[in-house]
Amino acid sequence: MISIEKIEETALTLMDKAAIEIPQDYLDGLKAAASTEDGDLSSFVLQAMLENYEAAKEDRRAMCGDTGVPRWFVKMGNETQIEGGPIALEAALRRATAKATNGVPLRPNRVHPLWRTDHNNNVGIGAPEIEYGYEPGGEWIDLITVHKGGLFGSDYRMLFPSDGIEGIKRFYLDSLMAFGKRGLACQPAIIGIGLGGSKDICMTLGKRASVLRTVGSRNSDPKIAEMEDEFKELGNSIGMGAMGFVGKSMVVDCNIEVGYCHTGGMPMSVHAFCLSSRRAVARIHSDGTVEHRTDPDWFTDYQRRDTVEWNPVREAAE
Amino acid sequence: MKPREIDLSTTPTDEDIAALKLGDVVYLNGLLYTAREGVYMRALEKQANIPMELPSQSAANFHCSPAARVNDDGTFDMGAVTATASFRFAKWLPEWMQKTGAKLIIGKGGMTSKDYKSYFVPNGAIYLSTVGYGTGALLGRGIEKVEAVHWVDELGLAQAMWVIKCNRMGPFIVASDLNGDCLFERENEKIAQNIERVYEGTRPATLKRYGETDDRSDEVI
Repeated sequence: MISIEKIEETALTLMDKAAIEIPQDYLDGLKAAASTEDGDLSSFVLQAMLENYEAAKEDRRAMCGDTGVPRWFVKMGNETQIEGGPIALEAALRRATAKATNGVPLRPNRVHPLWRTDHNNNVGIGAPEIEYGYEPGGEWIDLITVHKGGLFGSDYRMLFPSDGIEGIKRFYLDSLMAFGKRGLACQPAIIGIGLGGSKDICMTLGKRASVLRTVGSRNSDPKIAEMEDEFKELGNSIGMGAMGFVGKSMVVDCNIEVGYCHTGGMPMSVHAFCLSSRRAVARIHSDGTVEHRTDPDWFTDYQRRDTVEWNPVREAAE
Repeated sequence: MKPREIDLSTTPTDEDIAALKLGDVVYLNGLLYTAREGVYMRALEKQANIPMELPSQSAANFHCSPAARVNDDGTFDMGAVTATASFRFAKWLPEWMQKTGAKLIIGKGGMTSKDYKSYFVPNGAIYLSTVGYGTGALLGRGIEKVEAVHWVDELGLAQAMWVIKCNRMGPFIVASDLNGDCLFERENEKIAQNIERVYEGTRPATLKRYGETDDRSDEVI
């Protein structure tokens, strides 16, 4: 049994960490980009960003004034039980979100879409979103918070099998061009591409590819992993850098996730996780120990399974 | 080549502004206020009295919502500040500038050269872009004091009019000048020369959508 008090306390810490501490994988990726960037203005921007991450950590203040829209991804081992059940869990995550908004402080970004009502705590109808995943075996819960910012950088196109890789590349470049100009996507970004599913799932896959995978990670399908390398290179060859200035740092990394789709289509989505790639993760075990990390490790073999039954013993033997 | 760094008052003289060049890096001293759609609608459409003396107190309008809180004792804590994209405010800016004498519009992404030529230049105003985007912590360090916040009850914390005393707040980049030239358009033109090569071997969307462009040299704002 996982204690609800421990969940809320950990969630509060994660809100703070996500807003203030840039994840190491993104920082390493940006430093690598800064070391090869030769555009005058782009280089200046990247150096300023590196100083900004330091300032945020030193002062314990949010790295960006737009602190994004906090949301939660929750994963559990198959044997996990939560004190008070899933309703108590959701209440704890909503409380942590509201408290951290006032505590860090975060910007109260969440408003009603029509009436613009702002509770000043980032909580409201459907906010924060809480999404779930499960893993075979184990008694633990992973709390993952993502504070993705920005109104720009995500898009969707219905492609068809006949469009092939050429159509995929076109939409990828179109998205980077459209949202990269004037730096609206706050690049260099972790670009997530979703391929397949229905429209909503396609968006979800792309979003998760950008926010739930780290810089340097690769899809377990070697051919998709090759595409990720190629697309990173392609995005950085446009000639556009930070803020849309002349440069070559557009994509810190490109992550692709796929899901089975309708036989007639090949839906595609593109997402950009910005210069403030805010995510923080902790695993709470049933004995109350907490391990913090920055890799959500969401896309396990189980999450990408394509068989009817899950039989790890048989899978391993093959 | 490193960009030129300049300290600028938030109530700048005409000469100060004339001396700025595209791509200069600016640090601000003095009072600035946040105003975006909430403030514009309240002041211009609902004709509410603006609760500051403008431009004598400040000629610097920041398109920003801070990460901030109002404490129980009425004091303020402001952590990070970052700009929001300005192009959506073109609808109100001409009237706002006339009414308030704003000379420095500070935000994200800039406006079009058409905006600059038609109402920035005639008002002696230029555009300063934040850097990154998202040097929120660095800009937060430039806050000497939060002087006041107006219209919190009416507009909420994110849309309220925050008045901030800046002490070398920055960096910002000069993105327009008194010719009405636009830094972002200049950069876009340079990048456009390479685009055909990058797009080689790609295929346009089979299914078209209304309201879209397929010309990569088009501005998106």
